[in-house]
Amino acid sequence: MNNETNTIEEFAAQEYKYGFVTDIDADSVPPGLNEDVIRLISAKKQEPDWLLEWRLKSFRHWETMVEPHWQNIKYPPIDYQAIIYYSAPKQNSLLKDMSEVDPELLKTYDKLGIPLREQEWLAGVAVDAVFDSVSVATTFKEKLKELGIIFSSFSEAVREHPELVRKYLGSVVPSNDNYFAALNSAVFTDGSFCFIPPGVRCPMELSTYFRINAASTGQFERTLIVAEEGAQVSYLEGCTAPMRDKNQLHAAVVELVALDNAKIKYSTVQNWYPGDKEGRGGIYNFVTKRGKCAGVNSKISWTQVETGSAITWKYPSVLLIGDHSVGEFYSVAVVNNYQQADTGTKMIHIGKHTKSTIVSKGISAGHGQNSYRGLVEMKKNAVHARNFSQCDSLLLGDKCGAHTFPYIEVKNTSSKAEHEATTSKIGDDQIFYCKQRGLSAEDAVNLIVNGFCKEVFRELPMEFAVEAQKLLGVSLEGSVG
Amino acid sequence: MKNKNMNLLEIKNLHASVQGNEILRGINLTVKAGEVHAIMGPNGSGKSTLAGVLAGRDAYTVTQGEVFYNGQNLLEMLPEERARSGLFLAFQYPVEIPGVNNSYFLKEALNAIRTHKGLEKLDAIDFLALIKQKVKIVEMDESFLNRPVNEGFSGGEKKRNEIFHMAVLEPLLSILDETDSGLDIDALRTVADGVNKLRSQENAIVVVTHYQRLLNYIVPDVVHVMKDGRLVLSGGKELALELEDRGYDWVHEEAGQTV
Ligand SMILES: Nc1ncnc2c1ncn2[C@@H]1O[C@H](COP(=O)(O)OP(=O)(O)O)[C@@H](O)[C@H]1O
Ligand SMILES: [Mg+2]
Repeated sequence: MNNETNTIEEFAAQEYKYGFVTDIDADSVPPGLNEDVIRLISAKKQEPDWLLEWRLKSFRHWETMVEPHWQNIKYPPIDYQAIIYYSAPKQNSLLKDMSEVDPELLKTYDKLGIPLREQEWLAGVAVDAVFDSVSVATTFKEKLKELGIIFSSFSEAVREHPELVRKYLGSVVPSNDNYFAALNSAVFTDGSFCFIPPGVRCPMELSTYFRINAASTGQFERTLIVAEEGAQVSYLEGCTAPMRDKNQLHAAVVELVALDNAKIKYSTVQNWYPGDKEGRGGIYNFVTKRGKCAGVNSKISWTQVETGSAITWKYPSVLLIGDHSVGEFYSVAVVNNYQQADTGTKMIHIGKHTKSTIVSKGISAGHGQNSYRGLVEMKKNAVHARNFSQCDSLLLGDKCGAHTFPYIEVKNTSSKAEHEATTSKIGDDQIFYCKQRGLSAEDAVNLIVNGFCKEVFRELPMEFAVEAQKLLGVSLEGSVG
Repeated sequence: MKNKNMNLLEIKNLHASVQGNEILRGINLTVKAGEVHAIMGPNGSGKSTLAGVLAGRDAYTVTQGEVFYNGQNLLEMLPEERARSGLFLAFQYPVEIPGVNNSYFLKEALNAIRTHKGLEKLDAIDFLALIKQKVKIVEMDESFLNRPVNEGFSGGEKKRNEIFHMAVLEPLLSILDETDSGLDIDALRTVADGVNKLRSQENAIVVVTHYQRLLNYIVPDVVHVMKDGRLVLSGGKELALELEDRGYDWVHEEAGQTV
């Protein structure tokens, strides 16, 4: 009976549920990156010249940059010439309705729990489904259109609303912002576009479901959400990928723009393939997400539940420009086995009386390494700005690690930033106490972990909060015996 | 149905060690349904070790002996199986579980036990009605229901919460490990009254303490003295008074003595 001493270290990670591959004909470009590949992508998408120029400029800039290595994560060098930059399931790219979607694709999304037939989906959620490099379906588009809301794939937005795309593309994350943002700007293939007109409160959750299917492809999607004066929207993204032994790069860019009195709530449930128990394979999730509270009283709220990916490296941030604007960041990041995460946020206070809240919950198990990295900056003119940050780490076992790197820069005297941090460990004593009350070790861990995360989960739209809880249970399965 | 003559717990020549040190050195004890036993003894004599071994804490290694609980081989059962079968330990040092609401925790625990018994799970409404009634047994303020399990509770509040758990889970065999320590005299009285209300002909209680005063309130049928990992003396409730007067030194270390 003497097996409890190593129970907390034991990690028989359960099979990744979404690891299947869809057998579908794909239209791909050969691996490698050069101007011709970019021209080819742009041509396939029948893009206007200005966009091709923007891509090429980004590419030329990217070529002058070096991959950053300041982060607290380790990975072998990425061979950018071995990546396939475009792969799309063969289908008529301009679908009139859902009945034209390849049945194999519909089946894939069904298997993932994301039915694309509108009548089968949760009534309150509109979905854009992105498969490798392209969007394959967007639901409830017509219904939303009646309210003036545009919710479509990025490619379609480029075709149908070029003036809007041109106005906002790169306005929050410039194409030369960082190495991966520059790469994305050069080669991005699809993603979602949302535009909420003045005064409209979007009546349903908008959601994008990203799926990587093809081997050796990178996924480089872009999401752009614009909420005009007084508009409100809640948006959710979900992600999965097949199990493969090779690492795959996912370098997305998300830009949010909130004008006066607008509110954007952006939630992520990230469950890319995390790699196997020995740390082989898995997605490199290197993403730039930034929101701009451009208007007074605007609000941008990021909520993320990051359970997947071999490496998660991202800092969903808010530029608080409008006076009295509000930025929020709620995060749960889980690392198990050999997963690594370096994530956090940047809250840049520029306007007066701006407010930000950061709640970060890092869970480390197995050999996982979890870092919170955050910057709270209050510029000289951001008088009476306020920030509250809470960064908690929970450790399961003693081979994992938790690290916190908070940076606080307050450049005026009327502003205040508060930072609290805790580190705790699920101990054998706690597990035994729970067992003595009749709970299994697994139930005990779930109970403790969900208790630890509840401040973040309650920020998620309801249906997804339940999903997120389950996902957490699966991610940590086997972490105790 | 269980009856008063049934052996709920039967410990035979139990030896257990921690990291190679033998702590329990031949325990023999039989507890029948309906009985209350007290185990007294100096610090370090092995009382908590015995409680821990019975509950299945695996920091301890059983090297010899047998334990039967309600007709089953206890040592072969997982700790959670023991708990689900009605074995309850009120911890000497109750553990804090941050972030987990006390009543939610108990609901999960009770439902694990009910599932094991083949009963339906209680829903939130029925459960709430149940615990509102149970807090009264230990006169615990309802505010403790919505706080994280034991977190920030005073020593006495933790002990009271343990007995509250006992009241909700309705165990067959309860081991109360120094539940009296940390309780002031009024609290001791209410908690002891609570325990008395939970006594029945079907269940049994083993009270571990090294003070006699608790036994004024929870009157035992049998008192045992533990020294150096053995039960060296057993007697009626008067033995507790004698120990209070004379200390433990006079008790000879000859197992199995009866006064
Ligand atoms: N985990 C442990 N490691 C080493 N020694 C232990 C451990 N637990 C208990 N002991 C020792 O076992 C003996 C009995 O302890 P315990 O059962 O707690 O006594 P009591 O409850 O009667 O005061 C003590 O000498 C104690 O130091
Ligand atoms: Mg003790």
